[in-house]
Amino acid sequence: MNTPLRRVALAVMGMIVLLLANATYIQVVNADTYRTDPRNRRVLLDEYSRQRGEIIAGGLPVASSVETSGQLRFLRKYLDGPMYAPVTGYYSLRYGAGGMENAMDSLLNGSDGRLFVRRLSDLVTGREPSGGSVELTINPAVQRVAYDQLTRRGYTGAVVAIKPSTGEILAMASTPSYDPNQLSSHDGAQQESAWNADTSAKRDAPLTNRAVAAIYPPGSTFKLVVTAAALEAGKATPQTPLTAAAALQLENTTTLLHNFADQPCGPGATVTLKTALVRSCNAAFAQLAATVGETDLRKQAQLLGIGQQDLAIPIQVTPSTLGAIPDVAALEQSGIGQRDVALTPLQNAMIAATIANGGVRMKPHLVRNILAPDLSVLDQTAPEQVGVAMSRFTADQIRDLMVAAENSYRNDGKINGVSIAAKTGTAEHGADPKNTPPHGWYVAFAPADNPQVAIAVLVENGGDRNLEATGGSLAAPIGRAVIGAALQGAR
Amino acid sequence: MVTAVPTADAGAEPGSAPPTKRGIELIMLAFAAIVVTTALVLVELNQPQGVTRSVLYDGAAYLALFGAAHIAVRWFAPYADPLILPCVALLNGLGLVMIHRLDLADKASAASVGDPVPAGNLPHQIAWTTFGLALFVGVLALVRDHRMLARYGYTCGLVGLAALALPGLLPSAVSEVNGAKIWLRLGGLTIQPGEFAKILIMIFVAAFLVTKRDLFTTAGRKVLGMELPRARDLAPLLAAWGISLGVLVLEKDLGTSLLFFGIVLVLIYVATERVAWLVIGLIFFLGGATVSDMIFKHVQQRVTAWINPFSDYDGAGYQMAQSLFGLGTGGVFGTGLGAGRPDLVPEAHTDFITAAIGEELGFVGLAAVLLTYLLVVMRGMRTALTVRDTFGKLLAAGLAFAIGLEVFIVVGGVTKLIPLTGLTAPFLAYGGSSLLANYILVALLLRISHAARSPAASAAPRKPVAPLAEARTEMVQRP
Repeated sequence: MNTPLRRVALAVMGMIVLLLANATYIQVVNADTYRTDPRNRRVLLDEYSRQRGEIIAGGLPVASSVETSGQLRFLRKYLDGPMYAPVTGYYSLRYGAGGMENAMDSLLNGSDGRLFVRRLSDLVTGREPSGGSVELTINPAVQRVAYDQLTRRGYTGAVVAIKPSTGEILAMASTPSYDPNQLSSHDGAQQESAWNADTSAKRDAPLTNRAVAAIYPPGSTFKLVVTAAALEAGKATPQTPLTAAAALQLENTTTLLHNFADQPCGPGATVTLKTALVRSCNAAFAQLAATVGETDLRKQAQLLGIGQQDLAIPIQVTPSTLGAIPDVAALEQSGIGQRDVALTPLQNAMIAATIANGGVRMKPHLVRNILAPDLSVLDQTAPEQVGVAMSRFTADQIRDLMVAAENSYRNDGKINGVSIAAKTGTAEHGADPKNTPPHGWYVAFAPADNPQVAIAVLVENGGDRNLEATGGSLAAPIGRAVIGAALQGAR
Repeated sequence: MVTAVPTADAGAEPGSAPPTKRGIELIMLAFAAIVVTTALVLVELNQPQGVTRSVLYDGAAYLALFGAAHIAVRWFAPYADPLILPCVALLNGLGLVMIHRLDLADKASAASVGDPVPAGNLPHQIAWTTFGLALFVGVLALVRDHRMLARYGYTCGLVGLAALALPGLLPSAVSEVNGAKIWLRLGGLTIQPGEFAKILIMIFVAAFLVTKRDLFTTAGRKVLGMELPRARDLAPLLAAWGISLGVLVLEKDLGTSLLFFGIVLVLIYVATERVAWLVIGLIFFLGGATVSDMIFKHVQQRVTAWINPFSDYDGAGYQMAQSLFGLGTGGVFGTGLGAGRPDLVPEAHTDFITAAIGEELGFVGLAAVLLTYLLVVMRGMRTALTVRDTFGKLLAAGLAFAIGLEVFIVVGGVTKLIPLTGLTAPFLAYGGSSLLANYILVALLLRISHAARSPAASAAPRKPVAPLAEARTEMVQRP
């Protein structure tokens, strides 16, 4: 009888081994699939049971967690939700997280390595674990002006303001916006209806942060990059003569590239580069781009950050691009910021900031300090120099051109006693560009002799002015108001 | 001559009693108490209110309870296997900690939505544990020799069968809970007679096989090198198969059906040493399983939920999916006791308690639990190997195998190895009947192991006795 007994014993051992093998498959091999399954509520419930850190702007908690009596213990609340939404993002049980909530998640939920010692002491002392906080570089006054200016006339667009010497982002607004409070609600139905409304085709993508996640043809603002390339390569000076013709026939084609309103740039056959930039003459800049050549133009664009794939502020930034430039005709079109050239408003603000900072490009960032739960500083963002995009001499030359340009613009909202360096842009786009309202741009920095702020303003699709819209009429007044707010704080 | 006989305790001096090893049992019990108390401390540490001194009293009470059982073993079965009781104590203690932990979660979630806070399952389970240990001691005291059970073989069989069949025949109002008709509701008490029937039927089958072994070993035709039994000798196996199917149909209880048939089959195999019986049994099983899957809706549901629990996530597959999420989230080392969300799995304290352990203690913890079970089964099998009487061998093998098979069916179901069947993990899971029945089971196992190792029993048959023919005649005093 002992032989079958031994066999039965072996069979039981076999069964247990089978169970162990199967458990290994589920708990080791496939563990991540189950852990991260969106229907698995464990990880989220765990997160909601800890106090999430705050997002602070100018001393105000713009995102904070308050305790509730519900099954999800902490509710995320946003101050001035729509105004800060492009920065804070949202934190939703059902729809995940966006913006800083997403980019700084590990710090806010307390799992960041910098909080390790703190977590250990929480364990020992029995203190409730909670997440770290983020102090933003955002200046609430500037942010408010930027947001109000965009929403006042119902514009779809974006504003970015950067401090040139450090790369600190002082304002980042995007409209139309959304209320993150609705998405973070613990009421599933409210979350769902808010999400459906925000993602509905009828609305103009409010969840898209237009400042960093959308790219637009930069139009005439791109002439700054062409000018920088020409000056740096030694292929032009501000006095170099360029064609004054009202239109230029693109090389090897019969297509004409016209100046704005088909006006000649000057009375003679040529104008200086300076005049061409101030008057924003397309034919002249198409000619200049062809003179600079693709190689030097690409080099200058890259030095200014265009094409950078991995920029995070720490919100991920969509790369700006020059697009393909297969021939001279394409190069000429690209020279006036059309064809396949496309920049984010942040990128355009960065170009202004780099010129303002004497050619030294600073890394743009939104986080000033990382704070422990007791608000002591854990980590500080030191201004980081990315590279030298152009010589100080070139930067100063372009600054002077921009000051001259600003002085030639209409007098909408100019600030007394402040010298602004600026460039407008009116970019055509779409399948039928002549009959589609253009995007209006305004990039600037001020004060010109000691820049404290650099901005980029974008207003989509002609704002409220339809086909008549220009960068100068749409975007420039907003830009000047934002500069005014920023300088008020700086002085 | 005597020393040449190999015994389990080879090396023991002839004449001197082999060690009882009760000291080892006590040390292992103390170790189990430390493990269980530590587990309780970890659970409390992960709660908002933290640890209180009361955990020490809980640990001490636990040790006292099993200490009493240990003393009873010292008294009634001093040569019993020293590892079985500590293993069982460890599993039971871990079960109590998990049930306590799930109670805390239930209370917290009730409080958060403003519902009245439930009393929890722990007080009941502690009461059942105490009662179970009392029964354990009672069985050890009453059954002084396991062979006497053989005499009640048919009685046990009849009572067992009646207990097994009763809930299936009674109206659903008294016997149905969550779709399975396996309960008896007596006043405020619900018991599962099937748990006890399991043991009674094992006693019957073992006794029956001892007396009727010839019936099963008479060879019929030889096919593929196997000696098939004669067709008419299939009757007992057919009866077991029929009863299993009856349980499945009438009581909608896959687990008990499978367990019952498996135990009977293994006992027949051990008694007859014929592989043919296993093959025939497996064919019966496969036939029964296929037909049930075709006919019965509750079987189909289980199979569908097993093959892909996510296809009907909000319905039949929900519990299985939650179990897998829990196990996956636990990963290798687990979330930590009291730090996971095992309460998201429905019925976590009964059928799915091993999923809760897998989530909070991880694969490592689940493996430790499985190996503890394996240890109990192996000690039981060893008892079956060493005990000398056939009835004892069969009964010990049956009792040990029952634990092994039940663990396989439960854990296999929870971890999606086999379809979910609705048995509970012995000693771990919440449930009075299961706990009481399994303590009786362990008491019987210890009783047999005492017989296997006891020197008194082993010395007796070896005593050289002169053959009767050589006995001298006796002079009777004349009055």
